[in-house]
Amino acid sequence: MTIFAVACAGMYPILHMGRPWLAYWLLPYPNTMSLFPQFRSPLLWDVFAVSTYATVSALFWFVGLIPDLATLRDRAQNPVARMIFGMLSLGWRGAASHWHRYETACLLLAGLSTPLVLSVHTVVSFDFTIGIIPGWHATIFPPYFVAGAIYAGFAMVLIISIPLRVVCRLEDFITEKHLTNMASIMLATGLIVCFGYAMEAFFAYYSGNLYERFMLVNRMFGQYGWAYWCLLLCNFLAPQVLWFKKFRTSPFWLFVVSLIVSVGMWLERFVIIVTSLANDFLPSSWGQYIPTRWDFATFLGTIGLFVSLLFLFLRFLPMISMYEMRSLLPAAKVNGGKGAHGGGHA
Amino acid sequence: MVRGRTVVAMRKHPLFGLMVEFVEPTDVVRAAHEAYQAGYRKMDAYSPFPIEELSEALGRHKSGRLPFIVFGGGVTGLLAGLGLEYYASVISYPMNIGGRPLASWPAFIPPAFETTVLFAAFAAVFGMIILNGLPMPYHPVFNVPQFAQASRDRFFLCIEAKDPKFDLAATRHFLEALEPKAIYEVDE
Repeated sequence: MTIFAVACAGMYPILHMGRPWLAYWLLPYPNTMSLFPQFRSPLLWDVFAVSTYATVSALFWFVGLIPDLATLRDRAQNPVARMIFGMLSLGWRGAASHWHRYETACLLLAGLSTPLVLSVHTVVSFDFTIGIIPGWHATIFPPYFVAGAIYAGFAMVLIISIPLRVVCRLEDFITEKHLTNMASIMLATGLIVCFGYAMEAFFAYYSGNLYERFMLVNRMFGQYGWAYWCLLLCNFLAPQVLWFKKFRTSPFWLFVVSLIVSVGMWLERFVIIVTSLANDFLPSSWGQYIPTRWDFATFLGTIGLFVSLLFLFLRFLPMISMYEMRSLLPAAKVNGGKGAHGGGHA
Repeated sequence: MVRGRTVVAMRKHPLFGLMVEFVEPTDVVRAAHEAYQAGYRKMDAYSPFPIEELSEALGRHKSGRLPFIVFGGGVTGLLAGLGLEYYASVISYPMNIGGRPLASWPAFIPPAFETTVLFAAFAAVFGMIILNGLPMPYHPVFNVPQFAQASRDRFFLCIEAKDPKFDLAATRHFLEALEPKAIYEVDE
């Protein structure tokens, strides 16, 4: 899911560069003008953060698939499919020494990707600080963007997994316990995000800065006031039902809450970006943002890209790691503790 | 074309080793342990999921070189990132940006952090693949048709003919005593 979302997320800046075929100008490469990108700019940090995030996610995803690709190779009836899976599985044969290194590599990759999640969203919030527009400089931005990413991420995982477990009969693999735990994380990160909203407003007021204060009032009661109150409704009020066990344990209500949260997270970005840009310092530069049909087309197009990639993945590759499921089976336990000590067999 | 070892009968292909099949993970761990105790070293066990006890039973306790390779990758990435930034901003194209020093290292931290993680991740993935000798599309164990089960629900132990203690009749006798589900001669 991450990779497909990053692929979609990459589409926006690349399309908005105006000349997308020159996207590689963002990378430091030896060119005829001996020019290098500006390493002091958060915009370049973002290039590094997002491309590293995408690469490491893709690597982790592929490594996680290797043993399952070997299973697909061994089960394939069609010789072409067997050859393709054979190539992709790299000739994996499940040797004990290989498993040992494999597990070490997975553990290290998991440890390496965790700070990446923090860095990529922190750097995105730094992107705002480079603009002079009021409302983009609250120092709470980095942690609140990270919490927002986890919040929206879990909502998206729930939106995908709840219908999937019903349609594909995966209730035994994605259990209610998983869903309930995800709901708890959503509630916790949602509260952090709402704390971020409160602090943002407080900073704007406490700064004593005329433009910051105007931005706050304008954001709440200006031409886009409806978006701000909808945002609070979606991201603050709606998830509060997750305090109740009845809603936390009901897949239907979790699905509904996740959809509302996704809308709320979209509104959050709309509020931060559009209200600040529409009414900045000079009334002469004020305006109203009305999306064109190309804006809608880009939005729908990225949703389409995401859904197509996701469905292709679900169709051709295992949606749940097979080897990890196997190792959870009671039959997979080695009896008598450590076999090497012997004598412990009942 | 007849070539190769003639231990019991003339073989069409040289013998790679003897392989036994088990249904339960406990049995393959016990078998690996006993084979190690009996002095066999050139052997490996195959399972559809990682079994910690299995690599211990085969006498592999150390966590190996991989963590050091990953650390090396991370350090290389850090130096490469900082080096790139220093070269670009100080040597190749110095430019005055808001009166800041050319080597403005605090601003260089985020990209250097990213290259550190990137290189470490590449080291973890390719280190694992290369140390495991992959990609290896052909391996003698695949010559046993039942080995396809090794990626599903069967456990195998293969003692290679290269092992100094290997003797077809004696090893077969030893393996039969372990009560496997089946025993196979693996062609090279």
